[in-house]
Formats: sequence, structure tokens, C-alpha cells
Amino acid sequence: MTDSSDSARQVRVRTGSYLDSVTLMQVSRRVASLPGITAALVAMATDLNLDLAREMGFDVPPVSPNDMLLAVDAEHDEALAQAFVEAEAALTAGPPTDVSLAGLPAPRTVRAAARASAATVALISTPGEHAFSDAVDAVDAGLHTMVFSDNVPLEQEVALKEYAARAGLLVMGPDCGTAVIGGVGLGFANVVRPGPVGIVAASGTGAQHLMTLLDGADVGISHCLGVGGRDLSAEVAGRSTLRAMDLLGADPQTEQIVVVSKPPAPEVEQAVRAHAESLGKPVRFGLLGQATATLTDTAHETVEALGHSWVEPEQRTGAVAAARPGGSLLGLFSGGTLCDEAMILASAELGPVLSNIPLDPAWALEDPLRPLAKPCPTMVDLGDDRLTRGRPHPMIDQTIRLERLLRAIDEPATGVLLVDVVLGLGAAADPAGELAEPVRKATAAGIPVLVSVVGTRDDPQGLRRQLDTLHDAGAWVFCSNAAAARQAVRLLRTEEAGR
Amino acid sequence: MTIPLETPTSVVTAGVAMFAEALQHQGVTAAAVDWHPPAAGTAASVTRVMADPRRVPANAEALQAMLGAQAALVDVLPASEALGLERGQFLHAGPPVSWERASGPLRGALIGAMLFEGLADTAEQAEAALAAGEVAWEPCHHRGAVGPMAGVVSPSMWMFALRDEPNQNTAWCSLNEGLGKVLRYGAYSAEVVDRLRWMTDVLGPLLQRAVRSVGTVDVKAIVAQMVQMGDEGHNRNRAGTLMFLREVLPALIDSGAPTSQVAEAVRFMAGNDHFFLNLVMPACKLQTRAAADRPGSTVVTVMARNGTDFGIQTAGTGDRWFTGPANTPEGLYLGAYGPEDANPDIGDSAITETAGLGGFAMATAPAIVGFVGGSVPDALATTRKMYNITLGENPAYALPILEFRGTPTGIDVAAVVRTGLLPQINTGMAGKVAGTGQVGAGLVTPPLGCFVQAIDALAEEAPELSRPRRSGSAG
Repeated sequence: MTDSSDSARQVRVRTGSYLDSVTLMQVSRRVASLPGITAALVAMATDLNLDLAREMGFDVPPVSPNDMLLAVDAEHDEALAQAFVEAEAALTAGPPTDVSLAGLPAPRTVRAAARASAATVALISTPGEHAFSDAVDAVDAGLHTMVFSDNVPLEQEVALKEYAARAGLLVMGPDCGTAVIGGVGLGFANVVRPGPVGIVAASGTGAQHLMTLLDGADVGISHCLGVGGRDLSAEVAGRSTLRAMDLLGADPQTEQIVVVSKPPAPEVEQAVRAHAESLGKPVRFGLLGQATATLTDTAHETVEALGHSWVEPEQRTGAVAAARPGGSLLGLFSGGTLCDEAMILASAELGPVLSNIPLDPAWALEDPLRPLAKPCPTMVDLGDDRLTRGRPHPMIDQTIRLERLLRAIDEPATGVLLVDVVLGLGAAADPAGELAEPVRKATAAGIPVLVSVVGTRDDPQGLRRQLDTLHDAGAWVFCSNAAAARQAVRLLRTEEAGR
Repeated sequence: MTIPLETPTSVVTAGVAMFAEALQHQGVTAAAVDWHPPAAGTAASVTRVMADPRRVPANAEALQAMLGAQAALVDVLPASEALGLERGQFLHAGPPVSWERASGPLRGALIGAMLFEGLADTAEQAEAALAAGEVAWEPCHHRGAVGPMAGVVSPSMWMFALRDEPNQNTAWCSLNEGLGKVLRYGAYSAEVVDRLRWMTDVLGPLLQRAVRSVGTVDVKAIVAQMVQMGDEGHNRNRAGTLMFLREVLPALIDSGAPTSQVAEAVRFMAGNDHFFLNLVMPACKLQTRAAADRPGSTVVTVMARNGTDFGIQTAGTGDRWFTGPANTPEGLYLGAYGPEDANPDIGDSAITETAGLGGFAMATAPAIVGFVGGSVPDALATTRKMYNITLGENPAYALPILEFRGTPTGIDVAAVVRTGLLPQINTGMAGKVAGTGQVGAGLVTPPLGCFVQAIDALAEEAPELSRPRRSGSAG
């Protein structure tokens, strides 16, 4: 090694060392960043680098291009010495630690995820504003696509369904809460056994309840295809319903098809019924809207059509046998269709039922969480879009319901409490356990609590355990939502009759 | 046609993580998307572009055309002959730019070109003439050419001419001058101009003779080999340069030119690891040009910078530029230069990334990951990330370390905007002040704004989503 120095400026030459320019640039940077260093160049002595060194004001000794140049300009001798120590250390650093080359970065688009997997189905639950693009991406990748997201504009729903139809694919949703494809549950789904019934559902909790009722009667499911709540509207015109019916019509596992929906637009109903005739398989319609066509009725008919005998779904009597005097019926639901069904049954007996999803616009409830001024049958869908902004769906986290329940116990307008519990994949781990305390308090206050439990024996929460927990706390429990609603009305009537 | 239902063994999930867990609970693989919201304010345009029924077929055709493009060096000739460039006309890198807005290195290169062409005797004279608008300049891309860094081409400079026979396109690029004080980095001292003269007087004619005697040189085949030899084709062209020399060396020796000239030319080419960059670039230009002019396609066909603006073009929007302020690269500096000396991103060389090389092929060039203090896994991750924003893979350019997976090819504007993942560009850094030359090398990304403008323009071209009509009378 040769030196040529004047005061705090020095050029050293290393022979027999070679490092690539990138490494050397890193060493240069490291040395230059030391305190007291004005400039530093650590580089192979190529013509280009010699020019650079000269421009930086260094006197360069005669060298060969295979030599390495270490040129440092420092404010004082001490810094200069330290700089060379640092440079030598950096140049003689040991071999780098080998790091694993494995580990793929997570895919950033549906398409990229589809390319890297053997997926045949996509489940989109991105914000509604973006769900269309993610769903199109899934369709482009050749996947049947479930769109859980809500708040997707209507024209995007129509465009998406047309787009998918051109590719021969089904779009389930938007705002589709549940689907079962070949035994695999998507979104909120109950664990059901395989079987002959194929379901097309424009209602998430409606489909879940139908499946659990069938499962309770030992009848299994081939597929349950959600289509989104607006599919049978005049605008969407049943685009996904028709395609889902075709898929089930062609599916060898499916013997019976059931279509579950709120009453469709009349012309759409006509088209769907006409299409049903062409499938060559029995198609049953469970169109909610009348007290005589509950989900339980539909399950009953389906089971008997398959030649099985129908056994009434389990129910158990609660600790309080009549409504609290002077109070009315308050329903707090996590499932929109369950709320609907209960309202249809209750209003047939009790007249107007106030709600945030009213059967009649005149029955609309301004603020569904506020206490009632006077007793009047009221049912709240806590899973409604307007109540889930910024908080989780009550099927995942029912804090909003627990709070409302506890307050309702102290309100004189509360005479009977009716709630639903939806079990299954995606749902809260122990909803009955969380409800036990409010149920005990209500029972102690003389308010009967009726709970309809939508679940199967194979659901992760365990249907039996959930029923037991609620019943032990004093609640009436029902595996049929319709039965729960009818009983709630009956308890109210009993109280009125006794007055 | 209807795709039948079957029990899924794997489900792609995007959004709520709980649903992915619920699938795993059932023994089904959840291919979970690492979802991020798209660039702010783009949801409406993205929706309209994604809904465009022309998009998928147009992109498929664009990708096929890109993969089928060839690139053969067929001639070497002066720009005046190749491009009809006349005295007082210049080409430059990137989108159009005025003298007032031109960056230091572009100004420096134009000054140097004025001196080289004898249009001015001094730098001051040249600058005055340029500022007064006495000469004209336009982007290389407007003539089907590409130029690294400042990319300045004048009529007397010699150009490589590359041909893509299947798509009937030709692309051109100047000859690479080497590193350090060179015109393309904005230097214009006497040594720079002298070198350019030698290239015009000796190197260009020699290469012309050699290439004409060889017939054609298959540049695409060399690129395919170089990516298997540690070159990513933008910041590392070492293997490519040597393979090119191998192709033309016998013809150079046989050319009958004085041995001293042949030796000088060979020494010049062999001493410049980036000589082949100027052949990779027009090969990439041919590849991306093959995708151009396809209504509905969201493929990026040009990414180019002039030192002030970064500009892109897409297959669906013709030759419209979408521009934003160029970023300044991050990386390593030569000598005493530092970040304050670096000019914002410059050059047409991002055509390599547009074609799936450069930063997109980073996995194949671990030797240069140090430019940003990165590691070898970083290099692999960079390439793997780029697959998220590209339409497909180029089997001709296979990456050994990724099990010979093809380079990510065909940047999709919609995917860039939706993921917020920007194309990764490897680049050299020019000095900010005219006349400085190269100050370093590093990595850079385009400004997101270019892609936002492009998606808005593509959305305007796309049909509107029809307002749903209520069928029938009732409802």
C-alpha cells in the first residue's frame, strides 16, 4: 500500500483487491458520511474514477486499473485516520449472511391471487365503491364471484352481472351475505350437510334460516347461491337468479330448487317462474310477504316434497309466561329477513309495527335506537346499512344490541323482547353467552325474552350449547324464527287478555 | 356457455380477513389479496375502464403482439438518413418540453449537439440560439426512436436501425458514448464533442459495414441470453455488450478498415458495459410499439422522461402524453456528488421497464441490488411485485432464479392505479447543472399522476355504464 498525503487529505492505493462498483459506492457513501469528512472516494482505479478523483482535488499516484483507490478529504488528521479504519473495515467485511430466497409477496389484485392459486371462486368484501372493479377482476380470472360488499350502485350491479354473464360466470351479490358452494361456506354460512336441495337466495339470513331448518330436518344442501337483495327488482331483472337457476338445473347433485326472496317485481316474478318451468327440476318459491309463507313453511314443504316427514323445529318455554304489563313488543334483529318475517307475522295480529326497515313507509322509525315514547310494536334491523357504518355487523359484534337491550329493560314501553341469534362461520364466537346477562336481567324484571336461533349442530358455536345457555338464563328459545315471532305475539295477547 | 359449479379447494378473498379465516377453518385454501384502496379520486374512472367490454380482448391482443415482436439490427446509419432529421432539428428524450422548462442535462446535451453540428462555436452562442428558438426539437418517440438520458440526437449522429418484421415496425437509437462526461448526461466539453466526432467518422461507418456484411443481428435473442447472465438490460448490460461484440467482431476485422481503427472501435465498445443498452432500448421500443393503437387497451406503451416531466402513453389513447413532475432517483453517487447534485429522472431508457426489463427483471441482476442498499431477496421481491401490475409474462425473457418464469410484461394502467404499485425503474443519474455529466445511479418510480391522468382519459373513451331501466310497466 502506498500513501501520498498532505495534511488531512490522503490517497491510498490497494492492490490485488477487487470489488464491484456498487459495493464500492456503498463504501464511499459510508466513509463520506463520517464526522469530519469532506469528501471520500473508494473506487477501482479506472480512467473514469481517476478523473473523478482529480476533480475532487486529489493527487493521484501512478496506478493500474486493477488497483483500488481510497481517497479521503478530512477536516483534521484524526477524522482522516478514522475514515481509513472505517474504509478498511467495510472492504474486509465478511461474507454476507445468506437469506432465504423464498417468500412470495402477497398478491395485490384478485387477478394476481387467482394466477397464483387454483381458485375457482372469489369472495369480494372490499368497500362498496371499489367492489365492482375487484369483482370484474375476478370475473376476468374466470371465477364465480360472491360480492359481500354493500353500497354498490345499482348501475354497477347491472353492469357487473352483464359482464359476468358474457363470461358464463355467476355473480352472487352485491350485498350477498351467504353462499354455500359444494359444501364450502362463503361469508356468513352455516355448516350444513351435503344433500339434494339447491337454494337461490335474494336474502342472506333468509337463506341461512332455510338451510338450518332443512339441516334440522336432516335434509342437506347441494349449493346455496346468493344473488343479492336487489336481484329480483325491475332494474336488475333477476339476472343472477336466472343464471343461478341454470347452474342448479345443470348440477347433478341438485334435485329440488328453492328460490327465496322478498316478493319480486311482478314482471320479474313472471319471467323467473317461466324460466323455472324450463329447468326440468321442481322449483319452489319462498316469497316472503304473507303470514302463510314463512321460511319455516317453505322448509316444511320442501322436506315433504322430498318424501321426508316434517318435525316441528325445536322450541323451549322461557321463565316468564306473559308480557310485562303496559309494555309492547320490541324486536332487535341482526338478520334483515328474520326481522321482516317477524314483522309480517306480528303486524297481521297487532297492526302497525314501527321499524327502520318498515313494511309500510308510514311505519318508519326515525331513530331506531331511541327509547319509545309510548308502547307500540317495534322491530329494529340492527344489520341495516345505516346502522353498520363505522361499526361491525351485529352478527360479528352485537355490542349495539346488548346496549339497547339493557336500556330497554328499564323502559316501561318494553313488554316482550324478541331477538335472533345467527350462528355459523364468520359469526361471533359465543353470541348466546353475551346475551345471557341481559336475558337474566329482563327475566328478573318480568319481561319475557324470545330468541330465534339460526344454526346447525355442526356450526362452530354449537347449536345445542347456544340453546342451553339462553334457556338457562330464562329465555324462550326457538329454532324457527316464525314460531318465535308468533309466540311473542301470543305473550303480548295473553297479557292484554289478562288485563 | 356456463362454467359449472364445483367444490372449491381454493377461494380468492379480497377485503374482510375474517372470511379468509372462515375458509381456512373449513380446510379450504384462501388466496388472500393484500388489498389497498386505489389512488384517491380514481374510483369512478377505474370502474368505467374495468367495465369497458373492449378492455380484455384489446389487452390480450396487445400482449400477444408484444410477445410476438421481433428485434433485429438491420443497419447503422446517420440520423439524417434514418429519420430524415434536417440541420437545425434535434430529438430528445421524454415528452415535449420547452427551453424554459428544460432541465440542466437536456440543455447541456442540446448545447453539445449544437456545437457538434457546427451550429454554434461556443456554448454561449448555442444557448442563445436555443433560447431564441432558432432550432427545433421534439421527442425521439415522435419519430419511433429512443434515446438514453437526455436522448439528444442530431442529424449527423449515427443510429442503430432495428426491425420488427412481424409487426412491420422499425425503431432507432443512437450509439452509446460510454460513461462519465458524455453528451447524454448533459456534458458538452471538447472531449465530449471530440468523441461524438470520432463516433460519426469512425465507429458509425465501421459498424455499418459490419452489420451490412453480417446481414442482421438478432438483438432479441441476445436480450434473452443476457437476462440469463445477470443483465437486467437497463443498469446492467455487460453480458449483452460482450455477446454483441461476438456477433460483429469477425465482420469488423474483415471489413478492410485499418486495424488501428478496428482496435480502437473494439476497445471503445468493450470498455463500455452499457454499449448494448442502445440496442436493448430500440428492441424494447419495437416490443411496446407492437401493442400501440388498440382502442380499449390499458397497456402502457411508453414511459419516458425529459428531466423535468415523466410522460407515459397507452395503447388505448394513441400518442397522447400523460405527464407529471419527474421524481429524483435514489441511489449511489459517484465521487463527491450527492443528492443535491442529481437532476430529476431523465431518459427514454424506461422503455426497458415498459417492455418488462430493467427494474422489472431485477430478480435476474442481484449484482446491482446495492444501488439502494437492497438485498438479493429485495431484487426477487421487486420483480415478483411487478407481476401484480402486468398483463402477462414474456417466455422469451426467462428468469432462471424464478424457475424460468417470464419477465412481467405489459404494464396495465388500471392495475397500477388500483394497487398503487408503481413501476420500478433502474436508472442512471445526471447532474442537475448543464455540463456536469453522470453523478450516480439508482432507482426511481414514475409519478402516480401520469397513471391517474391516463385512467381518466381511458375512462372518457370507454362507454358509460348504462342507467338501469325498469323493465315492463309495474314494479
